[in-house]
Amino acid sequence: MVRLITHNMLTCHVKNCTKDNFPLVFENVELEVRPAEANLDFIKRFIPKLEWDALVQTARSIGEDSLPEQMPEDKATLESEEFLQKLHHVLMEIHVEEGQMKCRGCGHIYPISTGIPNMLLAEHEVGR
Amino acid sequence: MSRPEEIAPPEIFYGDIEAKKYTANTRIQNIQSEMTDRALELLALGDDEAKFLLDIGCGSGLSGEILDEDGHYWVGVDVSPSMLEVAVEREVEGDLFLQDIGQGFGFRPGTFDGAISISVLQWLLNADSAAHSPAQRITRFFTTLHGCLRNPSRAVFQFYPSSDDQVHMLTTCAQRAGFGGGVVVDYPNSTKKRKMYLCLMVGHQEVPSGLTEGGMEVDDGSSSKVKNEKRRKARAMASKKMKGKKALGSVDKDWILKKKELYRQRKGVEQVPRDSKFTGRKRKTRF
Ligand SMILES: C[S@@+](CC[C@H](N)C(=O)[O-])C[C@H]1O[C@@H](n2cnc3c(N)ncnc32)[C@H](O)[C@@H]1O
Ligand SMILES: [Zn+2]
Repeated sequence: MVRLITHNMLTCHVKNCTKDNFPLVFENVELEVRPAEANLDFIKRFIPKLEWDALVQTARSIGEDSLPEQMPEDKATLESEEFLQKLHHVLMEIHVEEGQMKCRGCGHIYPISTGIPNMLLAEHEVGR
Repeated sequence: MSRPEEIAPPEIFYGDIEAKKYTANTRIQNIQSEMTDRALELLALGDDEAKFLLDIGCGSGLSGEILDEDGHYWVGVDVSPSMLEVAVEREVEGDLFLQDIGQGFGFRPGTFDGAISISVLQWLLNADSAAHSPAQRITRFFTTLHGCLRNPSRAVFQFYPSSDDQVHMLTTCAQRAGFGGGVVVDYPNSTKKRKMYLCLMVGHQEVPSGLTEGGMEVDDGSSSKVKNEKRRKARAMASKKMKGKKALGSVDKDWILKKKELYRQRKGVEQVPRDSKFTGRKRKTRF
């Protein structure tokens, strides 16, 4: 399973691919939504690690548009239970089961099958 | 008996049959979970907060399950499709990736609060092809791992080296990649219970440079220690094979290895005592 929390941390790791290597673009995806117990404290602590634009863009690309375009600026909204719940749902409950992730930089395709992305590279794509 | 890593590449060795056999074996289950407990302890996460962790060579999820037990979130990478398939069947909580760690990672800087790796690193010490030397692959692995760990944080590897040279190579590559740290040996005098852990640290200011000793000690008084202690006891009771009244008291080997290497480089190998099973007895873990 690929959750958006993990996808948001993932860049292309092909040799010399440093431009437009994030976020990887989902294509032809099949999703599964699985309810998960929420740890809102964890979510709150994770917010600073998120690339917000990439998250919103990616979520929208797979039909999930509950997140605001801009990350809420005031702390009260950001740390409200309502907002954190929403974030929990997007980050932790949506699983990409099938499809692929494509790098906008080098075009490399990482296929996803039974929820597992194949990150293996060909010999000439491995960095030093 | 040959070591598994000398028989075939990991994705071949851990094929469908071996992956199922491995995972169903209760003796293996017990050992892997005990070593994962110990690795978590050495990770010294400090508080009871849930963390975002990386399980390197996660296999079928025997190690990851221990992370679940503690409420952590994790990402697992493994090169064997069969092992990952078993992990999916067993519905582990972590996000799984089919990945050869020798090719490196693409996770963003600071992604993980820590990393564990249980019984995996020895696989990287064998050449997988003529094109790549183990040192190259290990360097790529350590460099990209260092890049995706938070500062400060740790990566703890339980592994089975077959020689001191291998340990030397690992610590040298780790240092070059920017890590501090060293090797910890539990029960160095017991053939059965002896276990090695490579403990790598990111960005700790007090890491000694070269010959001076100092730096920080592993925080063994952490709450995870207490938790682990309980879990160990529970497992010990459950396991009929374990004989009673064995104290845990572990003995650690530390940065001594590195210091010896430095001495070797400076004075020539002969003048430095060879690493023996007595190296590092009765000393605190220092980094
Ligand atoms: C003994 S199993 C341990 C699995 C798990 N950590 C546990 O404790 O049960 C070793 C695992 O390392 C994996 N492995 C070996 N070489 C690897 C590599 N280059 N990249 C990723 N995984 C690797 C194998 O596929 C196998 O699943
Ligand atoms: Zn790319």
